[in-house]
Amino acid sequence: MLSALLVMSAIAIALGAVLGYSAIKFRVEGNPLADKVDALLPQTQCGQCGYPGCRPYADAIVSGEADINLCPPGGEEGIQKLADLLGVEFKPFGAGAEPKPKAVAFIDENTCIGCTLCLQACPVDAIMGAAKQMHTIIASECTGCELCIAPCPVDCISMVTIGENVENWKWKYPVYALKSVPPKITSPETKSPETKSRTPA
Amino acid sequence: MRTLFKFHGGVHPPGNKTQSTQQPTATAPIPAKLIVPFRQHAGEAAKPVVQVGDHVLKGQLIGEPAGFISSAIHAPTSGTITAIDMQPVAHPSGLPELCATLIPDGRDEWVERKPTDYRAQPADELRHLLRMAGIVGLGGAVFPSDIKLRPLRDHPNKDIGTLILNGAECEPWITCDDMLMRERAAEIVQGAEMLRSMLGSREVLIGIEDNKPEAIAAMRLAVADSGLPFKVVAVPTIYPGGSAKQLIRVLTGLEVPSGKLPTDIGVQCFNVATVYSAWRAVAHGEPLVSRFVTVTGNVRQPRNYEALIGTPLTDLIALGEPLPDTDGYIMGGPMMGMPLPSTSVPLVKAGNCIIAGSKKLFPPPPPTLPCIRCTRCAQACPADLQPMDLYWFSQSKNFGQAQAFSLFDCIECGACSYVCPSHIPLVQYFRFSKSEIRMREQDKLAADRARERHEYREFRIEREKQEKAERLAAKEKAAAAAKPAEPPVVATNPDAAPENTAQMKIQAAIEHAKEQAAAIKPKNTENLPPELLAEIAEIEARRARIRETAKSDVEPPKE
Repeated sequence: MLSALLVMSAIAIALGAVLGYSAIKFRVEGNPLADKVDALLPQTQCGQCGYPGCRPYADAIVSGEADINLCPPGGEEGIQKLADLLGVEFKPFGAGAEPKPKAVAFIDENTCIGCTLCLQACPVDAIMGAAKQMHTIIASECTGCELCIAPCPVDCISMVTIGENVENWKWKYPVYALKSVPPKITSPETKSPETKSRTPA
Repeated sequence: MRTLFKFHGGVHPPGNKTQSTQQPTATAPIPAKLIVPFRQHAGEAAKPVVQVGDHVLKGQLIGEPAGFISSAIHAPTSGTITAIDMQPVAHPSGLPELCATLIPDGRDEWVERKPTDYRAQPADELRHLLRMAGIVGLGGAVFPSDIKLRPLRDHPNKDIGTLILNGAECEPWITCDDMLMRERAAEIVQGAEMLRSMLGSREVLIGIEDNKPEAIAAMRLAVADSGLPFKVVAVPTIYPGGSAKQLIRVLTGLEVPSGKLPTDIGVQCFNVATVYSAWRAVAHGEPLVSRFVTVTGNVRQPRNYEALIGTPLTDLIALGEPLPDTDGYIMGGPMMGMPLPSTSVPLVKAGNCIIAGSKKLFPPPPPTLPCIRCTRCAQACPADLQPMDLYWFSQSKNFGQAQAFSLFDCIECGACSYVCPSHIPLVQYFRFSKSEIRMREQDKLAADRARERHEYREFRIEREKQEKAERLAAKEKAAAAAKPAEPPVVATNPDAAPENTAQMKIQAAIEHAKEQAAAIKPKNTENLPPELLAEIAEIEARRARIRETAKSDVEPPKE
């Protein structure tokens, strides 16, 4: 009796110790679901969703605060992916929140006065420049978030759409005509005896 | 007799090769205008190094390699560069690319050519030479050859035991490699020996399909003459036996694993035309400015031409005299080639063949029917894939699943589409899926990079804030340490009104500022000769006078 009690409590203590240790050792910081949502977001950091960046939006989605259809740069496919991950229904974009074609910012260097305001606004440090020096966009790093346009006091920043070129060209989905089968069965003169027998009168 | 191996699948389309091999290769005349694209190879486009109006010589560098996977571009003949702009090129999209337009002066004058003895050069030098000579794979992939000759990244000391020369040329209609082997066999063999010494291979196999007996005989003769222990192997004619992985399988019995390169199994494969160009580049100092190209199909004079890169295809087609019922042109073969958007596009390094089409030669494909899962495509697939499943996933845009079914092992040979009883354009679906997947991967990489940059920025702003706070705290502390002398001053006037003390503080600050201003002297006047100093003093005095007069003039009316 006593030995059984001792054995059981020893097992309980040992397992408890293991659980307690692993709770500390394998502690997960933050919500892992938010990481997964963040991984699906396009990381433009544009704030079009109403949150100051992709990570805050991911947190808001996970906490149930925000809808999944607030990210225009992610496109409909992004919504679909989020819906699949979270197990919710697909939701189309609201009016006026449709995705735009991909673009990068462009600074008109003749107008730029070197005020550094856009440098401070850029969420991904994709603008190079210094006070009273010419600023320029690092096009390969620009996410097209448009956050630099509003602060510019001389309106020298514009968005340039990246058109289709040989480097980003994609093979199109094959479109071809399916063979149209002449409606032999329904026309009375070509009805074969078998089809006749099967057609309800 | 060497034991040959078989690869899975394959098809037997009609060869149609004899038409264009009846006459020896002719040299195409220099056209009135050459259009040379700066991207004729896999990887980054070359960077233009000439300007509009420059006079260039044949073989002069006009585009230098930009980036690791890139190659050089040269002027195909001597003449004047009249434009560097976007022009339509032979690309399935029909989109324009940066090209140089060259008006030949008719002299065809070479730039200084420096022949090199490859035995006296380290492999590094030779690779650089090939890169700067614009040598790329002429079998169709146009991958820079110098990169294929690099030592293995993981095992730099491991030799590539077998070098394979690909002379199979399995696509119907094309005969440019056939003719090259017949006419330039000796130089191909010498080039092979050069590449062999660079790679350190022990064995050289030259694989030629058995529908080219003349080429086999010519190559055997050249090998015998050279006394080199190369083996010319006749391989069975089966499409796509000229694809690198399939040829390696046939000749060595080794299979290149999925996602690996031939070098991982100790084999490297070069097209015979590439080997020939590499030899010309090293032994004669001639960069790649021309290539053999077959003009065939619905033409009166099907033939091979040695044409300058950049020759407008219209000029080449005119040499073949197309028949009146010609309704389109294909660049490459009928299995893997692409219909040309227009014939004004120039010949590029990848251009091995131009086929004129007509309704009789290439009847339009019958209408597509639904897939009946007959698995004929799987029987024909040389890469051991299941095209019917890949089709299913591609047409429903289920890209993850398509990738799981090894979509990227597809070599786009078109054997599946060729045998499909429902005439489904399977390869088009696979190309669509592949480019969609590639684009998504690129977007993902870009998103990851943006996230990283954003996180770093947040971190930097936080750090700057902290540093500023620390600096302020330190300053305050220092000020507090330096202050003790001050409080007594305030203490002497304990009954002074608060506004009085404030007034005094301001006064003190003004005095202090004035003192500082007086202490600072313009530094740029320190090392000046005395006469200049005197001049400056004079100017300063005049300024002071003006200030004085201004004060006396302006102040009275104010008060």
